[in-house]
Formats: sequence, structure tokens, C-alpha cells
Amino acid sequence: MALRQSPYPRVRDLDRPGVDPPNDYPDYVGTRLRAPKEPLVLLPHTLSELTGPVYGNGAIGELDHDLTRQHGGEPLGERIVVSGRVLGSDGRPLRGQLIEIWQANAAGRYFHSVDTHDAPLDPNFSGGGRCLTDDDGAYRFVTVKPGAYPWPNHPNAWRPNHIHFSLFGRAFTERLVTQMYFPGDPLFPFDPIFNSIPDEAARERLVSTFDLELTTPNWALGFRFNIVLGGREATPLEEPHDD
Amino acid sequence: MTETMLTLTPSQTVGPYLSIGLMRELGSSLVLDDDLRAIRIRGRLVDGQGDPVPDGMVEIWQANAAGRYAHPADTREDVPLEDGFRGFGRSGTADDGWFEFLTVKPGRVPAPDGRQQAPHIVVGVFARGLLKRLATRMYFPDEHEANATDPVLSELTEAERATLVARCEDGALRFDIRLQGDGETTFFLV
Repeated sequence: MALRQSPYPRVRDLDRPGVDPPNDYPDYVGTRLRAPKEPLVLLPHTLSELTGPVYGNGAIGELDHDLTRQHGGEPLGERIVVSGRVLGSDGRPLRGQLIEIWQANAAGRYFHSVDTHDAPLDPNFSGGGRCLTDDDGAYRFVTVKPGAYPWPNHPNAWRPNHIHFSLFGRAFTERLVTQMYFPGDPLFPFDPIFNSIPDEAARERLVSTFDLELTTPNWALGFRFNIVLGGREATPLEEPHDD
Repeated sequence: MTETMLTLTPSQTVGPYLSIGLMRELGSSLVLDDDLRAIRIRGRLVDGQGDPVPDGMVEIWQANAAGRYAHPADTREDVPLEDGFRGFGRSGTADDGWFEFLTVKPGRVPAPDGRQQAPHIVVGVFARGLLKRLATRMYFPDEHEANATDPVLSELTEAERATLVARCEDGALRFDIRLQGDGETTFFLV
């Protein structure tokens, strides 16, 4: 028995109970040599954790949010609008939030030297975008629907169509990188990354909804994806246990 | 605490192609090359077998040299802000797992109980195979006294502490991040 109780308990994967995947999730083979084995040290929040980078408008280009207009011509594929709001767990809009996204092209190929999938690159699509949220916490991207693609995790493994999202939140504790999926994807039951999130309701929060209001007549389908940011204090309390 | 809280959006891995979206221009230099105060931080990101992680990203967040964060939650008006210093940096990892930052040594910032923390940099780690951001801290090797009384460091075991203190190497600070196995970096639940 320890001589005294450390005020910083060691905990395993209780960051945000009922929300995030565990670090250790062997079905996703990439975790096996990369997920830490030691429990995390529960850190009381100091100014260092309760602050985080703040952005101004200056950093964002006028066409950064439109992935279909970053080259000489238009990319092939199904043009879509992806839009939604970024909120705190208290329901308040998060204004001026930098959102960065990246995705495969319509054929399921990333503009990246590591991607060797036998599908065509598109000279008019590099797949990166960013924008800032407005005063309502709203954002809007124009892009093409990313294709599904195979990956070497297990035999005949395919990733569901998805767009990567990165957000900073209001503090270091709220930093989030995630993936947005599309409704009704038949690949969901087979994807270990999607299913690494233990709670079904939490998984569903990563699935965008088709939205006729966002859909622009004779031009593009619209998908809505709202994002809620918050740290461990914004999840239901569970007793941390020493591990 | 019964007020309605919206349910949070879960985390997913950055995957292997993060550079398309995250490596545009938020750079690894927090100060100009000719800043006389500049320090270089270099390290390798390695996996459970000690192999380099070539497709990762390391982010740092820190106070300025005076110990003030460029953020509205740091309301200590008596500690000066510094024009042009945001305190955020981002470095991808190279084929051999190396990452690098050019920055200044942060000043001390207080803990909630009023004690001063030792100078430190907050670190976030992302990679394919990490389903969520890993958080750690880097401390400085020339701060023996401050490190010994730091409210975070002093509650860790000797082995845990050793993974968080950089060492001097070729005029830079060397700070390796080991995701798993012998010498595994101490990660925090923030």
C-alpha cells in the first residue's frame, strides 16, 4: 500500500465516458503498437489546460472553405454542401472556431504520397479545407462526396465515406479531431474505427443527416453535421478508479 | 449540476493523411529564427517497438517568456502579453519520426492552489492508430529546483517524471515521445 494517496489518480480511458473510444482497441490494428499501455494520470486543470490557441480572421483565405474551387477546373464527383453549428456542451455557439477538414476524392483516393489505392487522382481536387465559425457557431464547406476506399486492417476492409474534422475548442481540454460520416452507409457494421466508439448513440452523432434546406436546387446536396465540444467535466460524472 | 448538457461529439483517429488538412501553415516556429531567446526542441515519436512513427503530428501550447497565455482565460494583467506570440505550434513527424519546434522558454504560471508551476509546455500527440489525442507535458532540464516543487511533477514517480523532462543535446532540447512500452511517456487525462 502506498505511504500516502496521490492526489492524481491513475485512470484508464475515462477521459469522456460514454463519448470517446478507448485508446486500446485491437480490432483497429494500428492501435496495437501505438496505444499507451499505462493508465493516464488524472491532471487537475491549471491555466495551461484551460487556455488554448485563438484565431483571427486573417489566417483564412476566401476560398479555403470551397474544395471545388482550389484548382483550374472543377473536381469530378457529387458536389455537396456540408454545414452545421459548433456548440459548447452548454448549448452556446462557439464563435471564430477554426475548423480544418481533409478527405479523399470522389474515387476514394487521397492526394497524398502514402495512398497507393488503385483509384485515380483528380488534378482538380486536393481535399483540404478550412473555415471559421460565424457568430452563431455556424460553418459551411463546399466539396465533393468522398469515395469509400480499401485499407489493410483486415481482409476486404473498406472505410465508410468520411470527412476528417479538426477543431480547437475554447481550451486545450476541448481539442477534437474526428470524422464525419454519411447517413445509411452499408460499411458501418464492418468498420473498426467507427465501432471503436462503445456507445451507439455517440457513434450516431458522427453521422451527418441529409438536409433538404441545405440542398441547393440544381447544384448540390446538403448534409448537416453539428459538433459539440467539451472536456471531461462536460460528461456525466463517474467515479474514477485506481487501475 | 442538473442543467441540460448537450452530448459531446466523439473523437476519431487523424489517420495517415492528416497533412492534407493540418499541415498548411500553422507552423512549428513560434518565433522568428533570429530571436535571441529562441530555443529548439527536437524529438522522435516512436511506437511500442521503438520504431519511428512517420505519420504523426505533435502540437504544443505554451505561455510566453513572461508566463502569460495569449488567451482570454488568462486574466493576469500584471503579466505582459507579447505582440505576435500566440504560443501554439504544430509539427508533423518525418519518415524517421522526428519533430521539431523553434520557440522560447515559457515563464512560470500558477497552479490553482497558488503555487508556481515549473516552466512547461503542454503537448498533444496525434497519429494513425491513436483514436484520440494524447496529452503530455514537457519540462526543462535546467530547472531542478522548480521541477522538484512543481505540483504536477512532484506527484509522479521517478520513472514517470523522467519521461517528461527534456535533455540538452547539440544545443537543442531533446524530447522523445514513446507511445508504448519501455520508457512509455507519461500521458495525462486532461
